[in-house]
Amino acid sequence: MAASGPTTGWRIARREAPPGALLSWCALAAAFAVAFAASALLLEVQGKPGLRGVTLLLQGGLGTPLSLFSEARADGADLFTALFRGFFWDNYALADSLLKSIPIFLCSQGVSICFYLQVWNIGAEGQFALGAVGGTAVVLAFPGLPAPLMLPLMFLAASVAGAVWAGIPALLRCAFRTNEIISTLMLNYIGILFLQYLVYGPWKDPAGMGFPMSMEFPVTAVVPNLVGRIHGGLLLCIAAAGLLAVFLRRTRWGFELLAGGANPDAARYAGMRYQLMVMGVMCLCGALAAWAGCLETSATLGRLRPNVTVGYGYTAIVVAWLARLRISRIAFFSLLLAALRVGVENLQLELGVSAAFGDMIQGLILLCVLAGQFFETYRFRRAKASVPPKRVAPENATKEGAS
Amino acid sequence: MSGELIYLAVLAAAVQSGTPLLFATLGEIVSERAGVLNLGVEGMMIVGAFFAFLGLHLSGSPWLGLCCGALAGAGMAAVHAVSCIFLRGNQVVSGLALTILGLGLADYLGAPYLGIKTAGFEPFAVPVLGDIPALGAVLFRQDALVYLSYLLAPLLWALLRYTRWGLALRAAGESPAAVKAAGMNVVAIRWAGALTGGLLAGMGGAYLSLAYTHMWTNNITAGRGWIAVALVIFAFWRPMRAVLGAYLFSGIIVLQMNLQARGAAIPSSLMLMLPYILTLAALLFSAVRGKDRAAPAALGVNQEPEA
Repeated sequence: MAASGPTTGWRIARREAPPGALLSWCALAAAFAVAFAASALLLEVQGKPGLRGVTLLLQGGLGTPLSLFSEARADGADLFTALFRGFFWDNYALADSLLKSIPIFLCSQGVSICFYLQVWNIGAEGQFALGAVGGTAVVLAFPGLPAPLMLPLMFLAASVAGAVWAGIPALLRCAFRTNEIISTLMLNYIGILFLQYLVYGPWKDPAGMGFPMSMEFPVTAVVPNLVGRIHGGLLLCIAAAGLLAVFLRRTRWGFELLAGGANPDAARYAGMRYQLMVMGVMCLCGALAAWAGCLETSATLGRLRPNVTVGYGYTAIVVAWLARLRISRIAFFSLLLAALRVGVENLQLELGVSAAFGDMIQGLILLCVLAGQFFETYRFRRAKASVPPKRVAPENATKEGAS
Repeated sequence: MSGELIYLAVLAAAVQSGTPLLFATLGEIVSERAGVLNLGVEGMMIVGAFFAFLGLHLSGSPWLGLCCGALAGAGMAAVHAVSCIFLRGNQVVSGLALTILGLGLADYLGAPYLGIKTAGFEPFAVPVLGDIPALGAVLFRQDALVYLSYLLAPLLWALLRYTRWGLALRAAGESPAAVKAAGMNVVAIRWAGALTGGLLAGMGGAYLSLAYTHMWTNNITAGRGWIAVALVIFAFWRPMRAVLGAYLFSGIIVLQMNLQARGAAIPSSLMLMLPYILTLAALLFSAVRGKDRAAPAALGVNQEPEA
């Protein structure tokens, strides 16, 4: 064996310093590009009915008739113009994206604080549902409340409901060390079923022709519009973001939280305070997600319907991991993923693609971004044989090799 | 039907509905014992269920369908392994992403096949065992996959406990440094564990479409993957306890469905909550018993690259 000269191949090494912002953003952009390429591929799979799409793609990839190849390509291009036209071309769609980004933004804020502390709260969807229930409960109990009381009371009830729903897994985690991932997820299922029980049962509108929905909210219970179709929820977002920024940067609790997230092991030694922090952060997340639920019920639907839960809580998980507790980034990614949802709606209309396509892209984005984050901590380094391991081979081994 | 026969039918149904849970739970046990926390069980299961359905639909052979489902599950697990074992991504987030992706993928790819019925696996009586009074009717007049699951749990138990492979796998989850010191390859062991987990989760999903519903429907798993993740904790990471957990769990649910069918007036939305409430209860039970700390020490911890 040649003892001199560098051995070939790449090794993974930890970065000494975090990379520049440029590389982070490039990795992110590349991750999105890969996710979109993969979804384009999957679209082509279904571009033709059955498995014909796959065959087409294979034929194209193997350099068979150019017409087939370009046909498949044209299909893919068409689909993506449809996707992008959905949110960049006309303002109506952009407004739609902004509207959808409001609940996502509210949910993501709470989720990203939880994630920052390595508390895996994936229960925003259930907390959202409970918020919708809490807000509606106020309307149904006191439909005649005067306007200045109605909305504040609705949002108060919603936040209590959401905080309780998030408080249960938090308490279980702190008291018994139960896994909060599974408990929050189970509470999602339970919360959504509870909402369904209410609208199919006791809260069903007698005048609703048998449809599962509550009575229509009175005008006092509907969040008014600000500009055009954009409702007052935007102000709620700004207020929540402002409060969060002040809390994180200006209060002792916020400071401890940031320190605790940066070094969770150290924080855990603080014991009781850490437990309290987990409880507090979970309840805060619950309340924020519940606001989103209440807002959607009031401003978007005007009554409680089972289709109020559309997965914003799960989208919030993706946003939270992308944004890493930076409020400007939470806003950016909320808008981006909301735009994606609108784009998929457009795709659904134009090409009859199932709505699940959006979930699939979200999963792909999260996976690709996670993979891309590799480059923030590690890098590939060319392995050098600076210190070649000296091997003393046993005699018989050498003989065997020689023979 | 006499009371006793109904009772046996309920138990047989419990075994049947516990089987997908058992496959997935056993798979996740193998993966977690190797140190790979894969929260994508729900995603792997549903993708397995879809590809199993597709394989059967296209080929007409349920066994080929099973292979497709298992391979699809393993394929999903490979994605997780690349992002966690190779790229050192956060295992929790990767698993969540896998679930989101899997649910979307199965729903999207399956849209053209909604409601299509297939034959799949049919129950048959095992020659001698099927004639045992009571026990035969419950355990040995099932389909081939159920019989496979009977063999699987003790097999995994023996493999984990008595073989060098099992020892290496457990060590990779408990003390990767020791594995490395012994000259074994932690990365390879973890890959094997993760892929086996995906294979079995895919088979669990395949059971749903091939032997349980006999057709493709949206959301066919309905949270079973997550229940399996909880059952791993309930089973304290032991294959034989997984059998107990899966059957106990499905038994209670089947019993409740049976009561409902006989006219208990509870709204269906509330009835549908039961599996999830039960999962919470199981989780709480294992936490209070304190043995949930029997989790592999290096579970979810990625390996640092060698300097």
